[in-house]
Amino acid sequence: MKKMLEVKNLEISFDTFAGKVQAIRNVSFDLKKGETLAIVGESGSGKSVTTRSLMKLLASNANVENGEILFDGQNILEKSEGEMRKLRGSKISMIFQDPMTSLDPTMPIGKQVAEPLMIHHQASKKEAYKKALELLEMVGLPNAKDRFKNYPHQFSGGQRQRIVIAIALICNPEVLIADEPTTALDVTIQAQILELLKDLQKKVKTSIVFITHDLGVVANIADRVAVMYAGKIVEIGTAEEIFYNPRHPYTWGLLGSMPSIESSASRLYAIPGTPPDLLQPPKGDAFYPRNEFALKIDAEQQPPYFEVSKTHKAATWLLAPQAPEVTPPEEIQKRWKKFEELKRAKEVKDNE
Amino acid sequence: MNNKVLLDVKNLKQYFNVGRKDEVKAVDDISFHIYEGETFGLVGESGSGKSTTGRSIMRLENPTSGEVTFDGQDVLALKSKEDMRRFRRNVQMIFQDPYASLNPRMKVEDIIAEGLDINHLVKNKEQRTKRVNELLEIVGLNPNHATRYPHEFSGGQRQRIGIARALAVDPKFIVADEPISALDVSIQAQVVNLLQDLQKEHKLTYLFIAHDLSMVKHISDRIGVMHHGKLLEVASSDEIYYNGVHPYTESLLSAIPMPDPEYERSRQRVSYQPVEDDKERRMQEITPGHFIYCSDDEVEMYQDKLNKKVMASR
Repeated sequence: MKKMLEVKNLEISFDTFAGKVQAIRNVSFDLKKGETLAIVGESGSGKSVTTRSLMKLLASNANVENGEILFDGQNILEKSEGEMRKLRGSKISMIFQDPMTSLDPTMPIGKQVAEPLMIHHQASKKEAYKKALELLEMVGLPNAKDRFKNYPHQFSGGQRQRIVIAIALICNPEVLIADEPTTALDVTIQAQILELLKDLQKKVKTSIVFITHDLGVVANIADRVAVMYAGKIVEIGTAEEIFYNPRHPYTWGLLGSMPSIESSASRLYAIPGTPPDLLQPPKGDAFYPRNEFALKIDAEQQPPYFEVSKTHKAATWLLAPQAPEVTPPEEIQKRWKKFEELKRAKEVKDNE
Repeated sequence: MNNKVLLDVKNLKQYFNVGRKDEVKAVDDISFHIYEGETFGLVGESGSGKSTTGRSIMRLENPTSGEVTFDGQDVLALKSKEDMRRFRRNVQMIFQDPYASLNPRMKVEDIIAEGLDINHLVKNKEQRTKRVNELLEIVGLNPNHATRYPHEFSGGQRQRIGIARALAVDPKFIVADEPISALDVSIQAQVVNLLQDLQKEHKLTYLFIAHDLSMVKHISDRIGVMHHGKLLEVASSDEIYYNGVHPYTESLLSAIPMPDPEYERSRQRVSYQPVEDDKERRMQEITPGHFIYCSDDEVEMYQDKLNKKVMASR
């Protein structure tokens, strides 16, 4: 499958009064046509910085220390602001987290949706407005025609997020970056928005990078998942591999700390401590102080990626050939068992 | 948990802008009770009135009408400052936003000790420091955090400070209004575990308000489901989860995302259309302990529906 985006060895730091914060530490991943890649992690793990760099929307105190971001074979990081403006909103577009602040409060919503088309494709006003109305209907905005000239404050949070999505989609972007698009919404509205994104993806074959900290949402929407911690991707694989065959202790912690339907355990598994300070990134594995499965070498040396399968790799010394065998938490063992079952079921199916 | 009712809410109404064109019925005639030592979860989407319910019980709002009885005392009749102070010694609140609910100009020790000072619970400075340090340790912070300011702490740590402040006056009952929704997943689990430990050690009763039904199910003994200011269903948390029969509860359950791709792929979302007729509805017990907001002629329908669900799960 064609690769839409390729991020290679990206390193980004921020100059602050306290010193240099190393927000992104050697991140590489790619995005194929028509797929959804979810990036999960806690606040401060670098997931939003990564995606902002894809749009070249980094704050002025950011430095790209190393790496490249290839879109259509061209390095985005070398493009001028003028060239970027042509890309943004047309070939790559973004849905921001907060629908309350990402719309212009002084412009009717219809015009806001139509604007990218007039700017990027030199469409006439009539054409653009027609397409905008179609799109607003497609994203399920009730009475789109009557409300075309309404202002953002006249809509609810869920409706505004639909408008934001319509703006992001009007030029049929090849890549859509969604930064926590449903975090500010209620579960029922969230479910509708996720269904909408999946439907639209089927129709227009957009590739999506989906940022979230909610693993439930990831399970719903992702084809592949990258788990970020302290500015690095610690584990990446297909959704099945990450949810049913997780290998990094941080992924175990994340999965274990969510209450599951059947689980009647009286206590949740909680990852102890807090994420490290990236002003002085630790010498060894950044997860070491919070990791109950840590090995001696974790304090000394950062783990490289170990391949679990062709599509699945994780940066933990536990996967090194000489590492001792560890027993993961019960919740994870259950998931591993399910992985085996799924694998067997698939083999049976393939043999038929 | 025993069967003593600690908090009893009857026909509580909280309207805003009464008599005006933009009148809002934020809480519209709801009734429930909370037993001593239990956790009662209140769920619903934003605007459902769950936070307003919590605030009305605390008397942070003045309810339009209804009855709130706490430990035999009529809460809505409290008038004097002195009575209010005594009531709030027993009933404390943990707020949603750990960034907005701590005064940025106060040191952590003064934030935590404010209730101690107001209620004259400590005699001198030494006792005060000792109690503050004790509280910091209870919530998993360090005594040398006492002299710092809120901005020096992370969201999870701030929420711990908020919890220490609530515990300072040794309350019986805590209203926790979305205490974890502003926190990261890994920190959420820490705070939920802390709340559960504290409940055991200090025999606390909680009203736990949240929109995340899976977390509410985890922490609650019983759950109430709210929508548009009405309480629609009340039952034990397992009963709501497995045998919730109100159409709104069903739609809420069907929308919860679960960290399981297989489950997500097969998920069927149910959407909710409120029935619009002018039948008179009230809370009715369809099986022992399971209440539904419905009209007299709907009781049988819900009982049938419940029986079918119970049969199907066997």
